Amino acid sequence: MPGGGPERARPPFRTRDDGPVLFELEDVTATRAGRVVFEGLRAGLADGVTGIVGPSGVGKSTLLRLLNRLADPTVGTVRYRGRDLREEDVLALRRDVGLVPQLPALLEGSVADNVLYGPRLAKRGADVAGSLRLAGLDLAFGPRRADALSVGEQQRVMLARTLALQPSVLLLDEPTSALDDTTKSAIEATLRDLRDRLGLSFVLVTHDLDQAARLADRVLVLEPGALREAPAAAAPNR
Amino acid sequence: MTAAIQIGLGDVAATLALVAVAVAVAVWERTDLEGDIAVAAARSFIQLTAIGYVIKAIFASDSIVWVVLLLAVMVVFGAVTARARAKRVPHAFWTLLFALAIAATATLAVILALGVFPTKARYLVPVGGMVIGNAMTAAAVALNRLGDEIHDAAARIEATLALGATTTQAVRPVARRSLRSGIIPLIDSTKTTGLIFFPGTMVGMLLAGASPIDAVRLQLVLLYVLLGAVALATLLAVLLSRRAFFTAEHQLREMAPPQSNLGA
Repeated sequence: MPGGGPERARPPFRTRDDGPVLFELEDVTATRAGRVVFEGLRAGLADGVTGIVGPSGVGKSTLLRLLNRLADPTVGTVRYRGRDLREEDVLALRRDVGLVPQLPALLEGSVADNVLYGPRLAKRGADVAGSLRLAGLDLAFGPRRADALSVGEQQRVMLARTLALQPSVLLLDEPTSALDDTTKSAIEATLRDLRDRLGLSFVLVTHDLDQAARLADRVLVLEPGALREAPAAAAPNR
Repeated sequence: MTAAIQIGLGDVAATLALVAVAVAVAVWERTDLEGDIAVAAARSFIQLTAIGYVIKAIFASDSIVWVVLLLAVMVVFGAVTARARAKRVPHAFWTLLFALAIAATATLAVILALGVFPTKARYLVPVGGMVIGNAMTAAAVALNRLGDEIHDAAARIEATLALGATTTQAVRPVARRSLRSGIIPLIDSTKTTGLIFFPGTMVGMLLAGASPIDAVRLQLVLLYVLLGAVALATLLAVLLSRRAFFTAEHQLREMAPPQSNLGA
C-alpha cells in the first residue's frame, strides 16, 4: 500500500451467504432530478469484487453514489459493515470508500497535486510514486499537467488519487467507458492487480456484462426495483 | 458646488434628437432594438423624474429617517434586480438583500466616521445610491458566475467531495473565480479612470461649475469607497450563497434548471 498502512489483507473472497456483508441496502428508494430511480431496493453486497450491470438509466451510478453518501436515499437504509451510513462521519467514510467517477474530473495543477489532494485534506502523508504505480503510471507522470493527459491516463490518475487515501473499498463507475479497447484491457489488468495484491473490495458498475464477468467475483443485475444475481451464463469466469 | 446649471425640459427634449439617431440606426440595420430604445428612453425619463422629486422632498426635509428609508428601498430593488441574474442560486434574494444592506451600511458608516461627508441627505443619498448600484452589479455578476460554474463543474466538485473534501474546500476554486468576476470590472475601470473615460461624478461636478481639483478629489473618494463596498458585497454574496448549493452532509444538491422569467 502507498504509505505502508496497517496490514489489511483479508481472507479469500467469500460470498455473502458465508462471508461478511460489506453493504446492505434495506428498502432503499432513490430519486434523481425529481424522478424515482429505484424503489424498495433490498440487496447485500459482499466483500470482494461485485459487478453491477444493467441498462443505462436504471440507476447504477445512483446506487454507487449512495454507498459513499454523495447522495442519500429518500427512503430506506444503507449499511456499511453493519452500520447505518448516516451514523458514520461522512468525510471519513468517503476516504474509506473511495469513488472513482465515470468521467475524469481532475483538479487544475499537476498529477502529483491531484494525488496529494485527498491526503492533504485528511492531514496525512501520501506516497505519490506508490499510488501512481498501483494505478499503472510511473513517477515521471508526477510533475505533468493533469489536463494535458490522455483520457486513459486521466482515468488512471483518478484511480491513483483515490488509492492515495488507502481506502478499503473502491466504487468504480464505468471505469473504462470512455476508453479504446487496448486502454480498456490495460485498465482491467490494473484493477485485477489491485484486487489480487491489495485485497481491496470493489463495487464495479458497468454496462458491459463481459467486463463484469472478467473482473467480479459476483455479478448482479440492476433491474427496475431489484438487484438480482446475473444469469449463469454471465457468471464470473476468472 | 458653486454655480449649479439650469436645465429646462426643453433641453431634455432636444437631446431626444440623439435617441432618434439610435432608433434610426436600429431601423436601418434591422437590429429589432427600436422598441427597446423607446422603452429605455421613456423609463429613464419617468424613473429619474420621479426619483428627482423624491430626492428633492428628502433634501427639503433633511431627515435621516427618510434617507434611510430611501436607501432601504434601493437595497430591496437592488436585490430583486440582481436576483434575476442569479437564477441558479437558491434563495438569492435574501442573500443579496443582506449583502447589499451590509455593504451600504458599513461603507456609509465608515465615510461618516472618517468625517468625509457630513450626515446630510444631500451627501448620503447620492453616495448611498452609487454604493448600492455598484454593489448590486458586482454581486449579480459574481452570483451569476457562481451558479453557472457550480452547474458546469458539478462532476469535478463531486469528485472532490468523494475524496473527503468539505463543501468549502470543494467549492473554493469556483468561489474564488466568481469573486474575481464580480470585482474585476470595477478594478479595471478604476485603473483606467481619467485615461479612457471620465467617471460620472467628476463629469457632473465639472458641468456644475466645480473646480477640476475638487471634482477629482471627490471622484477619488467615491472610487475608493466603491472598491470597498463592491468587494464587501461580492464577498458576502458568494460566501453566503455557496452553502445553499450543498447539504449539511457535504453533498451537492441537484440543481434546478434556471427559471426563465424571474420578475425583476
